[in-house]
Amino acid sequence: MPRITSASSPSSMSRRLFLATTGALSLGAALTACGGGDSGGSSASTKPVGQADIDKAMKTPTELTFWTWVPNIAKEVALFEKKYPAVKVKIVNAGQGTPQYTKLRTALKAGSGAPDMVQIEYQALPTFTITNSLLDLRPYGASALKSMFVDWTWGQVSGSGGEIWAIPQDTGPMGMLYRHDIFEKHGIEVPGTWDEFAAAARKLHKADPDVYLTNLAANQVAAWHGLLWQAGAKPYVTSGKSDITISVDDTVSQKLGAYWGGLAKEGVIGVEPDFTDSWYAALNKGKYAAWITAAWGPVFLSGSAKATAGKWRAAPLPQWDAAKPSSGNWGGSTTAVVRSTKNPIAAAVFAQFLNSDPDSARMFATGQFFFPATKALLTDASFTGDAPSFYGGQKVNQVFADISSTVNSSFQWPPFLDQAATDWTETVGKSLADHTDTVRALGSWQSRLTTYAKSQGFTVKGS
Amino acid sequence: MAGTRRQRAAGPLFVAPFLTLFLLLFLAPLGYAAYLSLFQSRLIGGTVFVGLDNYTQALGDPQLLHGVGRVTLFFVIQVPVMLLLALLFALALDSGLLRLARVIRLGIFVPYAVPSVVAALMWGYLYGPDFGPFAQLSRKLDLPAPHFLSGGWMLGSLANIVTWEFVGYNMIILYAALRTIPQELYEAAAVDGAGAWRIAWSVKLPALRPALLLTLLFSVIGSFQLFNEPNLLMKIAPDVISSSYTANLYAYSLAFTGQQVNYAATVSFLIGLVIVVASYAVLLTANRSGRRTT
Repeated sequence: MPRITSASSPSSMSRRLFLATTGALSLGAALTACGGGDSGGSSASTKPVGQADIDKAMKTPTELTFWTWVPNIAKEVALFEKKYPAVKVKIVNAGQGTPQYTKLRTALKAGSGAPDMVQIEYQALPTFTITNSLLDLRPYGASALKSMFVDWTWGQVSGSGGEIWAIPQDTGPMGMLYRHDIFEKHGIEVPGTWDEFAAAARKLHKADPDVYLTNLAANQVAAWHGLLWQAGAKPYVTSGKSDITISVDDTVSQKLGAYWGGLAKEGVIGVEPDFTDSWYAALNKGKYAAWITAAWGPVFLSGSAKATAGKWRAAPLPQWDAAKPSSGNWGGSTTAVVRSTKNPIAAAVFAQFLNSDPDSARMFATGQFFFPATKALLTDASFTGDAPSFYGGQKVNQVFADISSTVNSSFQWPPFLDQAATDWTETVGKSLADHTDTVRALGSWQSRLTTYAKSQGFTVKGS
Repeated sequence: MAGTRRQRAAGPLFVAPFLTLFLLLFLAPLGYAAYLSLFQSRLIGGTVFVGLDNYTQALGDPQLLHGVGRVTLFFVIQVPVMLLLALLFALALDSGLLRLARVIRLGIFVPYAVPSVVAALMWGYLYGPDFGPFAQLSRKLDLPAPHFLSGGWMLGSLANIVTWEFVGYNMIILYAALRTIPQELYEAAAVDGAGAWRIAWSVKLPALRPALLLTLLFSVIGSFQLFNEPNLLMKIAPDVISSSYTANLYAYSLAFTGQQVNYAATVSFLIGLVIVVASYAVLLTANRSGRRTT
């Protein structure tokens, strides 16, 4: 099951919520729902909770509410309920990604209706820690889990003060899926560097004007962030509570902008929006010979481009420096505990169990086809040895497991990701789609974000 | 005497259910939104009272002004086309000269029953530059594919969707109004020697004035609140439709993307104000020209 970030556009649930109240006047009514109250909640101390307290809490009859969009997660939850029969977990699907976050923010502001535990993607965590809405899991024994998880995933769930805001569930280290048959037909080697990739793009499009090496979607900020991540950029660095350094226009970003903007301008890559009907059709009909995607991509593609079964292969991303292979992450999510919960112990134990219990973690990998966040599974032959026929019997999981160990562990997300995404689409994305100067568009992205951050009270340090 | 007293007591009682709901569901949220629009809430630093600062900012906000300008242009072009079509269909149906009138009436009305979300998705597919039917047809004929989703075409493409959706709705209103015209008027006109066209022009059209005014008012409100269609086409044309493409879309983005609830309340209020002014202007001009003709 892929995690497609939809931060760049308001998605169906919030839209429906909005439709119910369309209109300038009635919008007022909708807004009132978001304005009241303070996000109350018990102030948790960082002092460890004793084992006796934990045991007592786990034996007390409790009902927890868990917001998640993961299909069939009841199976994993059943493992938890079997181990702790006193605790019942109510699963609520409140939408995937942005629609769920919108509801969660509304509930937090209203001061009631928020769940105990919640599914949150890595990139969205800072948008909730900035409002002090998540529970630090350190007092509940979460620190002990650190060594079980892939290093960079632990970096993603850790706060600047060492807090542990969530437990990783699945990941999306980035790689490349490509059409073996098209590459072979035109004598194209799998590009190991971005220079080779650009050369291949030109060669392929010249050989067959109906085919492009890849599509860099002009609406997909998550891919751009992943590519920045791979290139070693640090676009957002927060320090303390209110200081942020925004550098989406630094030398690394400009290198990326010149590279992709150049290819788009030359017309040797596609720039159409992804996950649309037209895009699915393009993948099925062989318009694109490669898809720059993440570890959830292989399973997703085999379901969405059935017409091309057996023709695809997986490879790492092309590199900027072939001697130092690196990658970024796109997608994946975590389980976090909402600070306002009345049962912090049970909720924290649940978040940890769900993702660190070996049986539960394995079930996510085999049942939901999640790409694992635990070291144990990534080195487990029964997982990495899988050889799907869609990829001609290639051990695709092994490819992405190897990539996972090259993901940089210090990438940070901004506390206003939705705004960053919208601004990207309207500046950088637009420049790609319109074949205008992408490097200049980076400058507008930088200045729009800086203006926004300042208006939100942040102290912004220049790029 | 006792009767009138009882009547006096009964009056408020009858109005009470309406008033309660009106207060609770309309005035209270409206008041609260007005209250919200006077504050500024930041991620860092919390909420502060800023008086009318949000309004001064909004009045000089180029994104809002562009959004309002765009929907105004949309209104000026799309609404006359839509209402003219609705009027023609209503007159044709009312003339009794059409065969299968019921089927045609239903056919024109059906798009209104299609949820606008579905409609926009369907048209989004039809407009597709690669695999949409229009693109494929023109490729078969070796013609350049029309790019309905490009910057130059987008407003027209949106107008087409909205027209398709609402022609039937407006037609039904006009058609219903036509059915209420007393038969004697037609007979009298026929006796005076008027033909079908003359009757349409001199009897039916004047009788349709109130209904036309109503549809026009609905269209003012609908145009200035344009949201669904651009919001959905945004997914397939993100480079053309920005988050501030229409005024309402801008208010939505402010509230749910930028977390600027207070500023969004301000913008919503101003959009509401624009609609009130535009509606009033429509009524005023209609009344003036009405007085002139009678």
